[in-house]
Amino acid sequence: MKNFAKMMSLITLCMIVVPCSLFFAGAIELPLVKSIALFGTIGWFIFTPIWMSRQLPIDAAEVEI
Amino acid sequence: MSEENSNAGGEFEREPVPESARMGNGKFWGMYAGEHAAGTEFMIGPLFLAAGASLSDLLLGLLLGNLLAVLTWRFLVVPIAMAKRLTLYYQLERIAGGSLVKFYNLVNGLLFCFLAGAMVTVSASAVGVPFDIRFDVPENFFGLSNPSFTLLVVIVGAVITAVAAGGYERVARFANIAAPWMIAVFACCGIVSLSQMGATNASALSEGKFWSDAIAFVQEKNGPGTFSFWQIVVFAWLCNGAMHFGMSDLTIFRFAKSKSSGWAPAIGMFLGHYMAWIAAALLLAALIKLQPALVVGDDGKVTANPGLLAYQAVGWTGIICVVIAGWTTANPTIYRAGLAFQGMFPRSSRTAMTLVAGVVATIAGAFPNLSAQLLDFVGTYGTVLGTMGAVIFVDFYLIQKFGLRAEYAAVTGARINSAVLISWVLPVAVALYFILAKGFFAAYAVIPCWFTCGVLYLLISKLTQRSPADGTIS
Repeated sequence: MKNFAKMMSLITLCMIVVPCSLFFAGAIELPLVKSIALFGTIGWFIFTPIWMSRQLPIDAAEVEI
Repeated sequence: MSEENSNAGGEFEREPVPESARMGNGKFWGMYAGEHAAGTEFMIGPLFLAAGASLSDLLLGLLLGNLLAVLTWRFLVVPIAMAKRLTLYYQLERIAGGSLVKFYNLVNGLLFCFLAGAMVTVSASAVGVPFDIRFDVPENFFGLSNPSFTLLVVIVGAVITAVAAGGYERVARFANIAAPWMIAVFACCGIVSLSQMGATNASALSEGKFWSDAIAFVQEKNGPGTFSFWQIVVFAWLCNGAMHFGMSDLTIFRFAKSKSSGWAPAIGMFLGHYMAWIAAALLLAALIKLQPALVVGDDGKVTANPGLLAYQAVGWTGIICVVIAGWTTANPTIYRAGLAFQGMFPRSSRTAMTLVAGVVATIAGAFPNLSAQLLDFVGTYGTVLGTMGAVIFVDFYLIQKFGLRAEYAAVTGARINSAVLISWVLPVAVALYFILAKGFFAAYAVIPCWFTCGVLYLLISKLTQRSPADGTIS
């Protein structure tokens, strides 16, 4: 299950990065990029919590800029 | 597991980190990979463009500045962190005394509230996009935005504060999960913006007309302005001054097994403070080219609205990203500010103090000039907190060579080491006068203050320490 979730996370991340690269290359239109990115976003937050349950980093309570 | 000891950073707060708890390089690279891609990046990137930085200066200046920041972590912070293996606060307590550390922590907390306030504004800017609520930046520094936006800030601030009062753990886990996605969205924003401006080939990219046109537009509306190469270098180097020059990251690197862990901030710097800043700046340039009317406020000046910028490039994903980036930055910031306030009033509950911090942050967030002047605020933050790192540096490397006692407060039991107090407050007060009254570029003040503080600490210690060092600590 975890391996499947990891693979899905990778696919959903690609759904963010690949369509915009295709838009850059002139292969697809922007509305399609936005739609695929939204589905990728939803997918990322569904699949990633399944496997990314690692311990909090040691600076979890620290402040970043 | 209680909240206070649920993270590794909460352990060994008053003792050196033992061999068994130390971590390999991979942990630090993994941790810093998700760092520095935060809500602030959506504000800082466009501000470079709005300030008039040229594209070549930005690309090279950020490269050099971030490199200097990484070197500072590696060669300033890590050797002390690995030698002492103590948190910043415990080391400071041993040098400066418990009461002075509480005061330092209070100052820290107040600055955190303003930083969180800027992030509340950033999140509200994104929440307002679907409701067509505009983000106006008034000319008067203490002016409010339009009533709808101010109400939105109050609602967003209340939600963030309520979540922070429940503890940082869930949000920290969520931020951990969101980090890789957020970096991908930043990259996507930059790529889409370049495409929208027609900068899709090497000649258009190297010519940089898309950038110079955007600057010309901003300067036509906002008046002329420049942001030089060295300002970019120094800002990129010192915007995290509190973490490296200020030694805040001693708390992290005390767990390092090897000094080479000190290179790990490079991944955070070059993803967050290079790629993400440039991508965020490109968002503003693209919107200026495509729909210039959307970036001009009621006062006729160009305003960077992070939510709107991201929405125009990547749609709802952009709005979600700005909300999450602002929220996951504001949340631990308010939580840490609450802890700092609780340190001053030990009888108060952490929840109550977090709510106080949240109210202060929300009030600060209602003044949009705070986020609109984030470059100055971040520089000031580095100046105030970064300066204290000189005390730790001098105490570690130099003080015994001058026949003085290291960790003087621990030796004498003093609650306030006056040498530390004066050597910190004096240069910072002078710097704040020049920054606030004379308009001095805040990031330029960090290094002069740091050196002045170190020299003063040595000189005043020479005058105030009661007996010569015997090299031991009682």
